[in-house]
Amino acid sequence: MTTELLKVSNLKQYFPIKGGILGRKINDVKAVDDVSFYVNAGETLSIVGESGCGKSTTGRAILRLDEPTSGEISFNGKDLLALNKREMRKMRKDLQIIFQDPYASINPRQTVRQVLNEAMEIQNVLPKEKREDRMMELMETVGLGAHQLDRFPHEFSGGQRQRIGIARALSVDPKLIICDESVSALDVSIQAQVLNLLKKLQRELDLTYLFIAHDLGVVRHISDRVIVMYLGKIVEIADKKSLFDNPKHPYTKTLLSAIPVPDPTKKKDQIILKGDVPSPIDPPTGCRFHTRCPFATDKCKEEIPELRTSEINMAAGHQAACHYIEEIESGEMTPNY
Amino acid sequence: MENPKTMIKVDELQTSFYTSKGEIKAVDGVSFDVPTGKTLGIVGESGSGKSITSLSIMRLLEDPGKIKGGKITFSGEDLLAKSESAMRSIRGNRISMIFQEPMTSLNPVFTIGDQIAESYMIHEGLSKKQALKKALGMLELVGIPSPKDRLKAYPHQLSGGMRQRAMIAIALACRPELLIADEPTTALDVTIQAQILRLINNLQDELGMSMMLITHDLGVVAETCDYVAVMYAGKIVEYADVNTLFHSPKHPYTVGLLKSLPRHDIDQEELEVIKGMVPRPDDLPDGCRFAPRCPFATKLCEEKLPTLDTMADKNQVRCWIYTDQWDGPEVNVKNDYGTAQSK
Repeated sequence: MTTELLKVSNLKQYFPIKGGILGRKINDVKAVDDVSFYVNAGETLSIVGESGCGKSTTGRAILRLDEPTSGEISFNGKDLLALNKREMRKMRKDLQIIFQDPYASINPRQTVRQVLNEAMEIQNVLPKEKREDRMMELMETVGLGAHQLDRFPHEFSGGQRQRIGIARALSVDPKLIICDESVSALDVSIQAQVLNLLKKLQRELDLTYLFIAHDLGVVRHISDRVIVMYLGKIVEIADKKSLFDNPKHPYTKTLLSAIPVPDPTKKKDQIILKGDVPSPIDPPTGCRFHTRCPFATDKCKEEIPELRTSEINMAAGHQAACHYIEEIESGEMTPNY
Repeated sequence: MENPKTMIKVDELQTSFYTSKGEIKAVDGVSFDVPTGKTLGIVGESGSGKSITSLSIMRLLEDPGKIKGGKITFSGEDLLAKSESAMRSIRGNRISMIFQEPMTSLNPVFTIGDQIAESYMIHEGLSKKQALKKALGMLELVGIPSPKDRLKAYPHQLSGGMRQRAMIAIALACRPELLIADEPTTALDVTIQAQILRLINNLQDELGMSMMLITHDLGVVAETCDYVAVMYAGKIVEYADVNTLFHSPKHPYTVGLLKSLPRHDIDQEELEVIKGMVPRPDDLPDGCRFAPRCPFATKLCEEKLPTLDTMADKNQVRCWIYTDQWDGPEVNVKNDYGTAQSK
């Protein structure tokens, strides 16, 4: 029996652009524009996409690190947006985040002991006398030694520092951890260590992850389900296998084909997109991908495609936001490169 | 290797940084060559010395870095023996370089056109008008839309992908014989990376230049390189043609690196890892530098540094396992890596 732990409905995050002499609002950056999804307890849902697609903004909005413009976020049945600041701070005991840059997200003047102790103190998770044992246990859990508790962040390498970030997140016994590009800054050999650690912790502690990343190799490795975003909107959502083996949205297909494969004999038909991602200040009308899509028609310029599933060859829960899923699948429509 | 002509030959290059903590050997006896018209990939993780190797070739090291020894022969000429002014006429003319971050390597107060034209004015002695005309041609070549307008654009007015195209235009303006690309697509999104890699590949064919590609991304290497040198802690541990490297890697580090890479095209249950971390450059192990992390390491590995030996297939590997002196059990590094690791 799966239970929905987090549900995001019609989330919008607009950042105002101010200008002119009076500093009035002249426009918005529509970073996240009407996004809905859910995360089941115990699973890993990944959000992928290129820079500016709104994946990190979505993560930050859920934690209310930036106040969302509109929408609903419910966690464990509670409406997060209805909470006041104090209640929200308490709520963050269950919702933790691990950032990309371990150098920027840990106070350089605090020892690991202070970092962990502070987190536990604020959330009041354990009485003082029990914290010491807990800290040692946490250090073991993330693969560091108890003797390293009194060291400062600069005495650790990048990978170890990311482990401290993980220990901090775990110290308050969260239910959901948002991993925002948590392994992107690490070298491959270290990245593998941290990924394996995250997987092990999930099994042992029954954690739920919302994993935000741009690296599709990492995403395939860690996820149960995957969301692909483009310019503030979800273009496709599916279980991992369907998304990687049977992508339906033209953008997902291009994204997958663009990744270099570490195998020189695997020759593939690479789809190369024209142009850059348009600006989120003034996104294209209709389907936001139409300016770069090889299948785009006039309909795509005008009508916004809704996320939908199709009769043909799509697993349960697999949805794509494209007018022409069927026509592209059947070969009725051919790409125009 | 049966290379008809060698574009650049690096021989026992040693580059060190002299700091208050003592000498740091960033590049320690690196040798390789790039055959004319081919692409050599140099892969390695942070701190392996790959970028310092390329800066040494360009002689762009800053204090306290110094080239301590070795020889760099470019098209038959000894680069390390050249005067600074002779070097200046080679840089950007016969050897060019593209860096990772176009925003920091482009000059923010000059237009793109000015920056491309500069190379023509300096190296070919053209007038500003002639130079700008050739610059326009370069912008067309690298596929920048409406190149006439872009000629007058400043770097901040371009997107990341466009800036990287502009950098390539500057680097290729004088049709260099050798292009050194240091992580040219690392800062770019994958769809833009695919555009830029294709562009570089096409231009290489068109202009017949040789290339050194420095990267940490094994996927990029597989797609663009002919030969690959894998670096670890200042030394080359394996040098092979690209097919051999990916299909029958020999060095335990190369094997570990390939096995720890999460792939988007196949399913993997658990990733193999390379345990531990890269040694500090001021505290390198005495023996093989990978020994502390190597699942096969023996006493010999810990005590003595192996040499980079040429194998029967002409590829090179720096590992005791492939020598007569190997004192451990017989192993197949690629197949036994996982089991050895879990012991």
